[in-house]
Amino acid sequence: MSVYINKDTKVLVQGITGSTALFHTKQMLEYGTKIVAGVTPGKGGTEAEGVPVFNTVEDAVKATGANVSVIYVPAPFAADAILEAVEADLDMAICITEHIPVLDMVKVKRYMEGKKTRLVGPNCPGVITPDECKIGIMPGYIHKKGHVGVVSRSGTLTYEATHQLSEEGIGQSTAVGIGGDPVNGTNFIDVLKEFNEDEDTYAVVMIGEIGGTAEEEAAEWVKANMTKPVVGFIGGQTAPEGKRMGHAGAIISGGKGTAADKIKAMNEAGIEVADTPSVIGETLIKVIREKGLYDKCKTH
Amino acid sequence: MNIHEYQGKELLRQYGVAVSYGTVAFSPEEAVKAAKELSTDVVVVKAQIHAGGRGKAGGVKIAKNLDEVRTYAKELLGKVLVTHQTGPEGKEIKRLLIEEGSDIKKEYYVGLVLDRQTSRVTLMGSEEGGVDIEEVSENTPEKIFKEVIDPVIGLTGFQARRMAFNMNIPPKLVNKAAKFMLGLYTVFIEKDASIVEINPLVETGDGNILALDAKFDFDENALYRHKDIVELRDFDEEDSKEIEASKYDLSYISLDGNIGCMVNGAGLAMATMDTINYYGGTPANFLDVGGGATAEKVTEAFKIILSDKNVKGIFVNIFGGIMKCDIIAEGVIQAAKEVSLDVPLVVRLEGTNVEIGKKLLNESGLNIVAAGTMADGAKQIVELVG
Repeated sequence: MSVYINKDTKVLVQGITGSTALFHTKQMLEYGTKIVAGVTPGKGGTEAEGVPVFNTVEDAVKATGANVSVIYVPAPFAADAILEAVEADLDMAICITEHIPVLDMVKVKRYMEGKKTRLVGPNCPGVITPDECKIGIMPGYIHKKGHVGVVSRSGTLTYEATHQLSEEGIGQSTAVGIGGDPVNGTNFIDVLKEFNEDEDTYAVVMIGEIGGTAEEEAAEWVKANMTKPVVGFIGGQTAPEGKRMGHAGAIISGGKGTAADKIKAMNEAGIEVADTPSVIGETLIKVIREKGLYDKCKTH
Repeated sequence: MNIHEYQGKELLRQYGVAVSYGTVAFSPEEAVKAAKELSTDVVVVKAQIHAGGRGKAGGVKIAKNLDEVRTYAKELLGKVLVTHQTGPEGKEIKRLLIEEGSDIKKEYYVGLVLDRQTSRVTLMGSEEGGVDIEEVSENTPEKIFKEVIDPVIGLTGFQARRMAFNMNIPPKLVNKAAKFMLGLYTVFIEKDASIVEINPLVETGDGNILALDAKFDFDENALYRHKDIVELRDFDEEDSKEIEASKYDLSYISLDGNIGCMVNGAGLAMATMDTINYYGGTPANFLDVGGGATAEKVTEAFKIILSDKNVKGIFVNIFGGIMKCDIIAEGVIQAAKEVSLDVPLVVRLEGTNVEIGKKLLNESGLNIVAAGTMADGAKQIVELVG
């Protein structure tokens, strides 16, 4: 078991003929992901990395039965690409694109109300269920199949944590990068709920960063609902106030969204928070040992 | 991206939003000339810098005649103004806004901002204007009102009127205030602003509602569709290294330390800074090379880091996903050739194409300390810098 995606997921790549999309389509195919279609308006009828290309998402879905889309479309057109995926009733749209204007996302989010599609991202590394399905840009080799769920606002920090877990023989059920933008489709709580219900996930790593209050809200939810141990990390503990740290969402403004606030809220919810990113794996192992879950989580 | 008050007011004027009248001046002569063209005897001389708290810091002067305008203009231009938002180093005043004096009856606050919890633009208003709104929010939160805006229909007339009533704007001026807020929302949306703050919004003795100040911040990701806004950028207000970095789409922030950092991904970049601090060092910068960097961009990033005279060592920490390790390696090698690298360099590579990247660095003949993990790299660079 896993959350969101598995070996039966049929993937559609939006913007497949761009150079980044081509490179990662190849990587995903090599990993074993079932990529059934690509979309680039005007290139319908051609092939990319052996995958048939269509002019519209609707055409691609009709012809191939794709149910999840991954979006590599450039920022000025990415919001439109998400809308197209939503209109085609896909189960999920995973948007890798960074630098989408935030007011575009406000409209997208409004349009998606009551619709079937779940959006992950934008500005995210994607979702991976190790050994089954990799959708996005994360390096496949650092993952290992197993029982720890990973959810993160930061792409490269997710790799960091996952890599540490795999090196210690602790595999992952699914790793979900929710992205660093202020307006995104899937939040921590959405993913934590899935992990809580997934029989194959025994513990969760949650990686946040400064800015906003998503981590505090997630901590509240964990306190009230989570039946599995959660460990965490917050990036930006030493970031100065008022400076936007790359991610549009990563800014401490008016004293709100500080790392200290988040860590406090997480600790109060029983979430152990790693001091440095290098000990996220160690911290998780310590906690699952205490809970008697280590042997169940260790991949033999 | 921030703009000056006078630019913000000009923008508001274009949208029919009421503002006090004034002109920008770069010299005392221009200030006097601008003052002559105003219709009031009392003239306000306002320092134009990208920071709030100018009034308290002595950056706003009331002149009763042209001689006073000249005196104040001379006094302010070239002066370094330190406010609670500039940091201790302050900002040099290079521009002034010469503005008509207003007969202020009462001061209010209105602002538009993106609310992350609802993913909606939210109108905020208060009858407590002219003071630090964060203090109002802290001490008397019941005096701040909010209207959450549906992007499909935008701010509605009734919402704007409800806000005006909540703010205790006199009933006969409510329609003027509502028109003001509706105009403000139109500017916000059409120009892709991320924050608009009018503090204070004033009621004048002759029964008008107008903006006495205007603070704008724009969404950097949307600037590509607003050439007119990009032209308002004042490079004097920004760090020269940050300007250079933005030319190459690098996300760079100057900090006070001596360890230069080059990282991919904002989260990892922040975590790298945290780790350097953890081991007793101090980072000189935040630098996210992004996902789509080329070897050329990496080279430029390296040059920008080295242009900071405080840098005593560099830590490159890459976990390749969309960014490939070989591209980073090529960029580092190229940069080392172009600039004389005389500070220690620690490189940690992991992720996409890591083997090719490591091989390139090994064969380059450069004096590079290889690190196995982020913690190892941080520890080594802190030791090398001493």
